[in-house]
Amino acid sequence: MTQTQALQEYLLRLADSDMILGQRLCELCGKAPALEEEMALMNTALDLIGQARNWYEYAAELIDDGRDPDKLVFRRDAHDYRNLLLTEQPNEDFAVTMGRQFFFDVWHYFTLNSLTRSSDERIAGIASKALKEATYHLRRSSEWIKRLGDGTEESHRRMQDAVDILWRFTGELITPDDTDHAMAEAGISPDPEPLAQDWRGMVNEVLTQATLAPGAEDAWMYMGGKHGEHTEHLGFILAEMQFLQRAYPDATTW
Amino acid sequence: MYAQLVETGAKHVQSKDEMSPEEREFQEKIDAETKIEPKNWMPEGYRKTLIRQISQHAHSEVVGMLPEGNWLTRAPTLKRKLQLAAKIQDEAGHGLYLYSAMETLGADRDEEIEKLHQGKAKYSSIFNYPTLNWADMGAVGWLVDGAAIINQVVLQRTSYGPYSRAMVRICKEESFHQRQGYQILLDMMREGTDEQKAMVQDAINRLWWPTLMMFGPTDDESPNSQQSMAWKIKRKSNDELRQMFIDQTVPQLELLGCTAPDPELKWNEETGHYDFGEIDWQEFYEVLKGNGPCNRERIKTRKDAIDGGAWVREAAAAYAQKQRAQAA
Repeated sequence: MTQTQALQEYLLRLADSDMILGQRLCELCGKAPALEEEMALMNTALDLIGQARNWYEYAAELIDDGRDPDKLVFRRDAHDYRNLLLTEQPNEDFAVTMGRQFFFDVWHYFTLNSLTRSSDERIAGIASKALKEATYHLRRSSEWIKRLGDGTEESHRRMQDAVDILWRFTGELITPDDTDHAMAEAGISPDPEPLAQDWRGMVNEVLTQATLAPGAEDAWMYMGGKHGEHTEHLGFILAEMQFLQRAYPDATTW
Repeated sequence: MYAQLVETGAKHVQSKDEMSPEEREFQEKIDAETKIEPKNWMPEGYRKTLIRQISQHAHSEVVGMLPEGNWLTRAPTLKRKLQLAAKIQDEAGHGLYLYSAMETLGADRDEEIEKLHQGKAKYSSIFNYPTLNWADMGAVGWLVDGAAIINQVVLQRTSYGPYSRAMVRICKEESFHQRQGYQILLDMMREGTDEQKAMVQDAINRLWWPTLMMFGPTDDESPNSQQSMAWKIKRKSNDELRQMFIDQTVPQLELLGCTAPDPELKWNEETGHYDFGEIDWQEFYEVLKGNGPCNRERIKTRKDAIDGGAWVREAAAAYAQKQRAQAA
């Protein structure tokens, strides 16, 4: 893999993870447990899809085969998607929704934080803007983890269940592969080891405050997302999200 | 928008001689265009009517998120998805803002929402219609938000201060939504395929009459309007507003190159207005009674969200209490 190819891969991972999580949040429109949360969920979706668009624009320029960001989003099949498996997991209840958000936000925050110092100026610029949003997302999801974990008996049970359900997808966030190593060595992306430590440190701290138990450190992890091997959910997400562009392939404007 | 058939509780509008001194002083303030503020004395009927109207308006903003949410996950481009999400977020904000205005009258948000879920409170009939193709997202913005603006621009001068100020802010955002909605349709009509153009016409065909119904019954069938007009909660009659809307909208319809599903719609040189056909009032009243195509689904979705989220709100309250106890 050339460095340009690795960079394209890396950008698609960032873009697709934002996009798919944003799409999951869009599914919750009108279904939040309070009107204030309705606004916060929609706001997070807007931030993530906006960030995805920035990453896609850069990726599209590098790929340079005539596809624009919309083509990348609406005309690629699941095996070409590079999002983290965590982001495609279903909303289930509010505990799973916030648990998924929290695990992602911790990863997102530390990743973006480090990307602001990327040797690639374009990446550093996008990350600086995104970091402000991700900082807010993380504050919000951490607060919810604590409220639900240390709230009532029912909320504690649901939140612990959510942690247990999602845990097997968290390893992918902090386990580097060849692309991650190549990017890190080029000074483009974060050093994998400190990122993993930071992620574990903050997750453990918040879960402890929330009276919740993290999953086992040696738990078996599912990690195919970054290579296009997904859970069964992604196909359905794309079927819905891509419906119009697939049903009306001749339409060039919407 | 969004408030139809608001009950005032008044059998007829009182004359000044029938009023108590307090009522007379109140009416004189209204007549002098002085805004009524939360701490001012107000007749019970005025307060109750406003609570009904503002809560209906707030419910409409919240229920109105659902027909748009129906297409949010299927929006065809990144730009359209972001626009739609932002519009829906604005609507949630309008709902919050209006519930706050309503609470200044001593009403409780949770109680009013509960009435909505029990089918005791109304919201705009338009949101009981389904959104069946993508062009509906344009047509809802253009027609539904357009109708809402006609109503709300007038309500910026409504007599109750907090409601009037809420309207000023909401109108700005709604105008933006309306232009955005129209642009969706214009782009599809100008650069779209035949299938896309057919979507636009189909959306207009379905939403045209329900949009006209948003202004409420004709003036002679609108028993509560007179009292609301005397209190300056309402400032123009249903028929006046409906006519304003039609006069403004038909040229835009023509610019799109689309037609309205009304063979009687034509310019009247004599009156300087468009004539239009008879609205199917039976359908209107059936939809208001809960028999529209989506009434049950809309209420069920809202009720499931709030009832199903009770454990989340309880957890937040319990946690806050623990935090306070620790701090003490």
